[in-house]
Amino acid sequence: MAGSIALRTKRASAYRPIASTGESLLTRTILITIALATLALFLVLPLVLIFTEALKQGLGAYFAAFTTPDARSAIRLTLITALIAVPLNTVFGVAAAWAIARFEFKGKSILITLIDLPFTVSPVIAGLLFVILFGTRGWLGPWLQEHDIRIIFAVPGIIIATLFVTFPFVARELIPLMQAQGSEEELAALTLGASGFQTFWRVTLPNIKWGLIYGIILTNARAMGEFGAVSVVSGHIRGQTNTMPLHIEVLYNDYQTSASFAVASLLAFLAVLTLVVKSIVEWKNARSHAQAAREAEQGDHQ
Amino acid sequence: MSIEVRNISKTFGSFKALDNVSLTVKAGELVALLGPSGSGKTTLLRIIAGLEQADPGSGEILLNDEDVADRHVSARGVGFVFQHYALFRHMSVFENVAFGLRVKRRRERPSKAFIRQKVHDLLKLVQLDGLAGRYPHQLSGGQRQRVALARALAVEPRVLLLDEPFGALDAKVRKELRSWLRRLHDELHITSVFVTHDQDEALEVADQVVVMNRGKIEQVGTPDEVFHQPATEFVMHFLGDVNTFHGRVNQGMVQFSELELPFPENRQQIVGDARVFVRPYDVTIDTKTNGLPALEAKVVRVHSAGPLVRVELLTKANQYLTSEISQERFATMNIRPESTVYVRPRHIRVFAGREG
Amino acid sequence: MLPGFGLSMGFTLLYLAFLVLIPLGGLVLYTSTRITWGEFWSRAVTDPRVVAAYKLSFGASLIAAVLNGVLGLIIAWVLVRYEFWGKRLVDAIVDLPFALPTAVSGIALTTLYARTGWIGRLFDPLGIQIAYAYPGIVLALVLIGLPFVVRTVQPALEDLEQDMEEAASALGATRWQTFYRVILPNIMPSLLTGFSLAFARAWGEFGSIYFIAGNMPFKTEITPLLILIRLEQFDYVGATAIGVVMLVAAFFLLLLINLLQWWSRRHQAS
Repeated sequence: MAGSIALRTKRASAYRPIASTGESLLTRTILITIALATLALFLVLPLVLIFTEALKQGLGAYFAAFTTPDARSAIRLTLITALIAVPLNTVFGVAAAWAIARFEFKGKSILITLIDLPFTVSPVIAGLLFVILFGTRGWLGPWLQEHDIRIIFAVPGIIIATLFVTFPFVARELIPLMQAQGSEEELAALTLGASGFQTFWRVTLPNIKWGLIYGIILTNARAMGEFGAVSVVSGHIRGQTNTMPLHIEVLYNDYQTSASFAVASLLAFLAVLTLVVKSIVEWKNARSHAQAAREAEQGDHQ
Repeated sequence: MSIEVRNISKTFGSFKALDNVSLTVKAGELVALLGPSGSGKTTLLRIIAGLEQADPGSGEILLNDEDVADRHVSARGVGFVFQHYALFRHMSVFENVAFGLRVKRRRERPSKAFIRQKVHDLLKLVQLDGLAGRYPHQLSGGQRQRVALARALAVEPRVLLLDEPFGALDAKVRKELRSWLRRLHDELHITSVFVTHDQDEALEVADQVVVMNRGKIEQVGTPDEVFHQPATEFVMHFLGDVNTFHGRVNQGMVQFSELELPFPENRQQIVGDARVFVRPYDVTIDTKTNGLPALEAKVVRVHSAGPLVRVELLTKANQYLTSEISQERFATMNIRPESTVYVRPRHIRVFAGREG
Repeated sequence: MLPGFGLSMGFTLLYLAFLVLIPLGGLVLYTSTRITWGEFWSRAVTDPRVVAAYKLSFGASLIAAVLNGVLGLIIAWVLVRYEFWGKRLVDAIVDLPFALPTAVSGIALTTLYARTGWIGRLFDPLGIQIAYAYPGIVLALVLIGLPFVVRTVQPALEDLEQDMEEAASALGATRWQTFYRVILPNIMPSLLTGFSLAFARAWGEFGSIYFIAGNMPFKTEITPLLILIRLEQFDYVGATAIGVVMLVAAFFLLLLINLLQWWSRRHQAS
């Protein structure tokens, strides 16, 4: 069971609205109104509020919120975390997708379940897992203390927790994509004398490019925005172990609402950017599908 | 119950699917709408059912002399059978057939016992008793189509409409099912219209065949009429193989390929350029001339595996034509490729113009 | 045969071993060796504060998942079947909760629905408190769960054969009868999947509720928060015991929903 939302190739829906099976204008209007009202209330309004609150005290105050030492430190830590977690999880995602989508082996469904685990486990429990392993009273705690290594309440813990929470996204985007594409093109490349690496680089990668890009962007957004798991392992040490979401929490609880929303607006912008990339990718996919269909049809007529 | 379609047009975007079509189906008839894909036959059927609306202001649909254009499909009392069966996947065979009775308004809804009896009677009629508990995915294609038919009959429709009912089945099942449909119709006498692109199906099953092309009706007639007296070149081509010649008409005689023949059934006065059509089985072959006007031709190929022998010929004027003769006649003639023979068209049909 | 199975599989398993299997093993080992049965019982099963948190988390998640089922179905329906201005934008924005950090949506919802907020102030005169109360928790959970239902139901609706609806209509069914007798049973497996994903997500959700809940013990304190509080007190035993209960509950819920799905799908082999 996937908790991720894979890219969809938008089909021209087979559904044709016709009188015999359509709803009355009144029903249609009511349903559209409910749908739009729900989305406005739950999604659009909060988004508008974030930017409104962030700019409430003027542009000066808005930019000042990013230049405090605590804010700078939080932004730096978030960037470092993402810089480590995103490439590692990308490599993992590609490797896992290659193994799962291109080969048959026993225990495949167990492997997929394991990859989906972070979707079903509470982020707080994800944090708990690492506290039990590395915390002062955890399994490795005494040994780590002896060697003066800090993981929990320090940067390594934050990075590990982020890795855990975000590792499925790339794999989850790529697996259905690669399964749908099949391996014929890769086998053709091999018969033409390409090496395994050349095949991957010249055949596989161009085919999964857009799905991969979306997976990476999504991993990045989630890595920068993770709150629950990071809360547990961070220890909230200002200027040291606070990421951007934790900094938002600190500011908010200190009644520095505008500053808090200013930092939040950066993450909200990142989220909107992620959606834009997703739309572009889906649009590109739909276009290439439509083109392929057109070419196939023309081929038929010749 | 009769069906009358008056001046119906239907456009999808810029595509004219139906162009001012009129048609009458008498009560109790079994009528085939025959044509190639894109000819508008399915659109016409869906408009009669009410699944599709004709262009606004374009005409009328009358069921039993009553205009039903504004009536929703659920209130027209038609039974519709879909090409891909459209069985409800989540319901058993029994539930599928009972559906139409169970969704009736409480006042009109029959009792449970009645529904059970009725469904079992229908399943017996379509020879599926014993499969009531199965689900659609457990049935063969032919069985599914019979369930779809039983389901449509359950509400006692005044008209039965079938959209390519055997189109998704393999050849053998198809043949069985179409003669079975004919027998069923003889038993029930319900006014029925079915769509097909298969000429054999239309000619074998229907009382009347409606040949359609490009949104228009080309000809309406009994299977004999449309086959033996095609009204247009399209019908001639669509119903079976045909040899085509270019010729000229002069004073009731048509000249083509060194031949000059009279043509009796001349409905229109044709003058000048004409096109001459001969069915392969109307092309006779002789090994020597016998005085009658004939074309000299060379045998190119002989296909003798089949009920008839097909002989492909090349005339002196370099035109290919095909002849079909009986095995018995073939046996008496001793012809093989490169033999010279004399061919004579027995029945010709002539249409005006150069291009069809 | 394609190359690279050993390499990709080896890397995948190694990565999963370090990131998932060893930590999970650590939890299991910790629970079985460091926590006695009595301790587990008193800390995670009979402690009234913990029980109140379970009830809150379960109840609010259930209500939110049901609301998501209804609203998500309507949104998916509208997106698949109707044309209206701005539809593409609406379709894109559905995924927002998936990309928006929970802390950000948390403070936004709290500010919006607090007594002085844009929406909260409309309800305050009526004596209805949304933020820092039960309705606020449900609202936050509806927000994060919505895309799961929409995105699982949408493809099912797109794939639905229109023939079946036409057949129902031709047999005399009203539009409403066609919906609940033909369409709904056919999209039920997808709807259940979306519902279960929304529920599972809500059951473990922390960030977006943390701000809006008010976190009053016995009243608006959710289970994940209790784990965090125990850990801040270095009470690993208490935290782990509650964590195990949450994991087991999540496991049984998923099992139950998979069974339900299997049951509703059993006659629909394609």
